[in-house]
Amino acid sequence: MAVAVENANITIRHDMTVAVEFANITCTFAGRGAAGSYTAVKDVSLDIGEGEFVSIVGPTGCGKSTLLNVAAGLLRPSSGSIRIAGEPLVGINRSAGYMFQAEALMPWRTALANVTAGLELRGVARDAARRKGGEWLERVGLAGFGDRYPHQLSGGMRKRTALAQMLILDPRIMLMDEPFSALDIQTRQMMENELLELWSQDRKSVIFITHDLEEAISLSDRVVVLSAGPATRPIGEFVIDLPRPRDVSEIRHTARFVELHDRIWHSMKEEVLKGYKQTRNRVAS
Amino acid sequence: MRFLRLWQALILFGIFALWQLLSSPDILPPVVWDNPHRAAFFFGEPVKMFKVIWVWFSEGAIYQHLWVTLQETALAFVIGSVLGLAVGLWLGLSPMASALFDPYITAMNAMPRVVLAPIFMVWFGLGIWSKVALGVTLVFFIVFFNVYQGVKEVSPVVLNNVVMLGANRRQLLRYVYLPSATSWVFSSLHTAVGMAFVGAVVGEYLGSARGVGYLIQQAEGAFDINTVFAGILVLTAFALVLDFVVTGAERRLLVWRPTQSETERL
Repeated sequence: MAVAVENANITIRHDMTVAVEFANITCTFAGRGAAGSYTAVKDVSLDIGEGEFVSIVGPTGCGKSTLLNVAAGLLRPSSGSIRIAGEPLVGINRSAGYMFQAEALMPWRTALANVTAGLELRGVARDAARRKGGEWLERVGLAGFGDRYPHQLSGGMRKRTALAQMLILDPRIMLMDEPFSALDIQTRQMMENELLELWSQDRKSVIFITHDLEEAISLSDRVVVLSAGPATRPIGEFVIDLPRPRDVSEIRHTARFVELHDRIWHSMKEEVLKGYKQTRNRVAS
Repeated sequence: MRFLRLWQALILFGIFALWQLLSSPDILPPVVWDNPHRAAFFFGEPVKMFKVIWVWFSEGAIYQHLWVTLQETALAFVIGSVLGLAVGLWLGLSPMASALFDPYITAMNAMPRVVLAPIFMVWFGLGIWSKVALGVTLVFFIVFFNVYQGVKEVSPVVLNNVVMLGANRRQLLRYVYLPSATSWVFSSLHTAVGMAFVGAVVGEYLGSARGVGYLIQQAEGAFDINTVFAGILVLTAFALVLDFVVTGAERRLLVWRPTQSETERL
């Protein structure tokens, strides 16, 4: 039954309201000194549907984070337009939460104070914010760790705190930039399952950046493959019709997963090799 | 090391004993000087020095001087730190102002500020404020440079994260720049308090009616070397107490800072 609903969702995907719409986005960075200018992404058009989980994969250094920063409003594209729920984005994207690849927690605030920071910034009363923060810490499995400072938490716990910090504001769009890449494989799969569990409760729109194809397939509704940089653009789109709810460690062994993986990997391989060669040339020169 | 404190105390005792032995006119035959009292005249005698300290504390004459010095140190530290923090944040966040004032900051920092003491005395009189002013000029630059550097080195990821959580420009100051800069102020706490203390004592020494520096200066005028050393000893002990208090404050305020080794011995 669940499978049928899933498939139905996918068939109506093109009729869904669009949460994020990249239209002909190009980002060119002014070069330093003799380096000249560098075009990170070129002419990218991409739609992310309301409630859709989209992963963007591509070789390292291909400008994946650039796209995410554009969607967040942290970076203005050199040309092209970005629309959020049909409205052109001006300034910071207030309906989006962002989970960064690097450590982004405020080190001088406890886990609880980090989680409640967004509420405080919005003027929510201290008591109410703390109560809600406590609830969210519990939901991400950190009950009792609220008074720890980030350096007293493990890498996985810090990522959970960051997740709670983002989700407490109930953003309609979640932007995630390789959020689990620094974690060991076991912690990573656990976090992925928890992310899916939390996501399934209210189906936010997600743009999930990763260089790990298995992670992308096991989490997403759709995988977008980017070409190697510079001037990155999408070169393939794959609908992932695996049934939900999924267990990320088990789903990897299903026949359909392996088939999808082969197909996407085949289309990526050339770009990965190109990216690798470019990096090598850059190091050599 | 076992009995570390005991060994430290023994070394201190040894130094004073040797000092007493070498300067005492009756114990050693005069070697360097023909007059046996000359050594005591130049170097003082620890026994007499401790007698002076004992009289100071038992009769209570020293307390008003210590209180004045403490007031000057505290005021210089607080005013200097607040000014350093404010200007550091301002110049750190405004590249325009920073570029404009850079040569002046460098010049003022390079100037030996002790020469300002006479000017401050003319401006603020012989009371505590001329000493506070001197202390402020010393503390300000230490705090300023730390905060300036701290603002420049705020993690851009943390900054972006707080922006995404909904902070406007003013909230960024309160949520990121100020806590980050404050941590830099505290990391320079020992130096800043030490400088405030130096400002207070040097100011007193150059002209005042009260304070430990004044006591030393008076004794020097009367060639009373034992009292001079007694004053120095009291100042040193006082500085140690200040340092102890600062360490305690630092430990409480910087709990969020990772320390080198987090493990505990069971």
